[in-house]
Amino acid sequence: MDVELLEIRQFMGQFPPFDGLSDELLDAIAERVEVSYFKTGSDILVVNDTINELCFIRSGAVEVYRRKGELYNRLGEGDIFGHFSLLRNHKVRFPAQAIEDTLIYFIPKDVFQRLCEEDDDFADFVELERPRLETAAEQQKKSNDMIVTRIRKLVTRYPVMVEATTSLQQAAQQVSDAQASAAIVIKQYAGNPRYSFQDSEGKTWHMVGIFTDSDFRTRVVAEGLSSQTPIGDVASPHLITVQSDASVYEAMLTMLRNNVHHLPVLYRQRPVGVVHLSDIIRYETHSGLYLVSNIFNQSSVQGLARLAPDVRASFVRMVQEDANSQMVGSALSTIGRSFTRRLLELAEAELGPPPVPYCFMVNGSMARNEQSIVTDQDNALILSDDFVPEEHDAYFYALAKFVSDGLDACGYTYCKGDIMATNTQWRQPLSVWKSYFEDWISNPTPKKLLQSSIFFDLDSIYGEDHFVETLQDLIASRAAESPLFLAAMARNALGRTPPLGFFRTFVMEKDGKHNNSINLKRRGTAPMVDLVRIHALACGSKAQNTFQRLNDINHTQLLATGVSDKLSYAFEFLCMSRLRHQMIDIQEDRAPDNNIEPENVEDSERHTLKDAFQVLSNAQKFLKFRYPMPAQRQRT
Amino acid sequence: MRGIRPRQKVTQADWAGYMAQRAGSAKDPDIKRFFSAPLPAPDTPIADVPMVALDVETTGLDERRHAIVSIGVVPFTLNRIKLAKRRYWVVNPSRPLAETSIAFHHITHSEVAEAPDLDVVLNELLEMLAGHLVVVHFRNIERPFLDAAIQDRRGEGVMFPMIDTMSLEARMHRQTLWARFRRWLGRPPVSIRLNASRERYGLPSYQGHHALTDALATAELLQAQIATHYRPDTPLKDIWC
Repeated sequence: MDVELLEIRQFMGQFPPFDGLSDELLDAIAERVEVSYFKTGSDILVVNDTINELCFIRSGAVEVYRRKGELYNRLGEGDIFGHFSLLRNHKVRFPAQAIEDTLIYFIPKDVFQRLCEEDDDFADFVELERPRLETAAEQQKKSNDMIVTRIRKLVTRYPVMVEATTSLQQAAQQVSDAQASAAIVIKQYAGNPRYSFQDSEGKTWHMVGIFTDSDFRTRVVAEGLSSQTPIGDVASPHLITVQSDASVYEAMLTMLRNNVHHLPVLYRQRPVGVVHLSDIIRYETHSGLYLVSNIFNQSSVQGLARLAPDVRASFVRMVQEDANSQMVGSALSTIGRSFTRRLLELAEAELGPPPVPYCFMVNGSMARNEQSIVTDQDNALILSDDFVPEEHDAYFYALAKFVSDGLDACGYTYCKGDIMATNTQWRQPLSVWKSYFEDWISNPTPKKLLQSSIFFDLDSIYGEDHFVETLQDLIASRAAESPLFLAAMARNALGRTPPLGFFRTFVMEKDGKHNNSINLKRRGTAPMVDLVRIHALACGSKAQNTFQRLNDINHTQLLATGVSDKLSYAFEFLCMSRLRHQMIDIQEDRAPDNNIEPENVEDSERHTLKDAFQVLSNAQKFLKFRYPMPAQRQRT
Repeated sequence: MRGIRPRQKVTQADWAGYMAQRAGSAKDPDIKRFFSAPLPAPDTPIADVPMVALDVETTGLDERRHAIVSIGVVPFTLNRIKLAKRRYWVVNPSRPLAETSIAFHHITHSEVAEAPDLDVVLNELLEMLAGHLVVVHFRNIERPFLDAAIQDRRGEGVMFPMIDTMSLEARMHRQTLWARFRRWLGRPPVSIRLNASRERYGLPSYQGHHALTDALATAELLQAQIATHYRPDTPLKDIWC
């Protein structure tokens, strides 16, 4: 008798590289799995032993070491190891040890080879020798992953199943208890081969229909039925289902064609879950378009704040799908801008129209379109020169406060440096703003610029855009002419330097000291942004985005040939590394931050990070040389 | 609630002697073959013992009134659980089903009719168990039910040594001084049911009440118990019963 090892195949099917496998291949694995338990501290793989199996972590945690004892990787539930050695000479290269009580599923060599032969994605996943670029290029081709993702990936739990004789009230109770929105109605097998399946005890059931939340409204309450009516009497008899290895896209088409919002997902004949239209929509939000339109549909701050988890989910998906840092940065900035714009609309609806025209300006990462998921708010108000403080400032303060509080509620925390429109200093008419910039550029002191450098990334997101454009023009024309200003900016930019690299689980500083973690923003991306900004100002570029600035710089003779490409590559890598670690934080239920812990850095990432730090460090040395403090002139 | 009848305690019997005696006296050739397969000696280190995890699902808890409906078997050693060699059978309990047991186990009359009688799969089952040490969670189901079912069909029962992961768990959590102290304080005893026991060793929770899944779960639990409380060279006689 064919025994379906559902327990095993369902679990493995959630994790890459198994999530893309056909049901048939998944079964072939589950059939042949061997299981073993390892107590904390015990060896799973020992160097130079022969290895004949791929290891899959069912529960617990495992550390993989290099031969010299260097930590190579730390793995958890759903991860695999041993494939390097399996693909080569079948001798264990990297020993593995359980660091928690661990249950391992072993997949025999011949099954592993079959998977590599029959499934290209599986082969790609385990074969890391392939050039990264080649793999990345192939990833791009699969831009529409709804076609390759199988619907079972969206199934997160078993369906609620009720017998046809159950009363509506009891059924409603079960659906509520499970926090589901539909129940599959079943009855004992009565000779109908369609939609029949065996449960774990070998009993045969027949699927009669599905009963959804809206059925409770349309078929029960609206019809005035008693809550004691058996559910089988009212369940929709037209059952539309989808097979678990169908694609998300097929499932969506099935829903559209049949105009249903719930689809029971079947593994062969057996129901394994129910997907709802919203599961699919939630899945297909990586473009952020759905999220943005949802932001503009909210009518209250509370409604906006409720979207914060969607922002994170959308972020995680983008990083997982190998979006580059520009895509992620501009998508998150667009989302952040949408929140701000919607809050301004809501504020105007509450406070009435503004007494004088204004422009809501953003600064820092949002202006550069380089936001990450860890971000605070940096904003300011540029008011029309008709502004009369006594008459108008109460309005604009209220407006600024509404937006600032709202952003905080949506996860964009208050700016610690008080760069916010609620601060009187940053809520001023255009003429005052012009004088601010004139002063910063003409009379720069490192101290003054430390606070104001964030204003040199500026963009309008609402209102009179030309106010900000005026300021951008002013900066572009004046900054390049002011060596003293550039020198002061350069000196500030050298305040934060990158580390040397990594050694085992430590961050190796240039003075040989070790640290446990590194703030990749402070020690990597931010100094790079500062550095590129100075070159951009020096060449009169009006671009705000770091990559665009590098592009503008590349058209000048400012940097030696090839340097801006190198900077661009290093910056991309630093950004992606930071984003990836934030994604890992989110996935592991930690608050995301800018710190990366060396033990979480993969081997290849370590080497590339070290290179990126080197590029940054060299560029900083050049900066000092290129924009020296004109000391003599100051004295005279 | 249906209770469990108090059982006669099977003491640390001379299993080798018992098996040899049964091998000599058995009339049924299949049962004779089963008893003739040599068992590991009581001093064998547990790491060298071939084992098989067994779980039966029944219509109730009393072997005189209830019967077996499904059997799951997974061979394993301390190192490896061999799922490829697993077996699973649904069998006809061939006793009138009480209405209450239908409700309890979702087994219907029509289904019972489709499944083979235990007698048909018995040889295969005995072959898998022969020469292996049988591992169960709560032997007071598997032992009397198998004994009674085989007695019914072949005129003679089958008893054999077992490792009971539940009683191993009870040793840790029910019979220690600390456990007695807790009881004296009026604390509820630590649960030694399969899933609760597994949780203590960091084992994942499986959907219960499937004979095959429960057999797998029991095999994993024994590996965890030996890794935690015993050693690979612990002699078999310290663990079986």
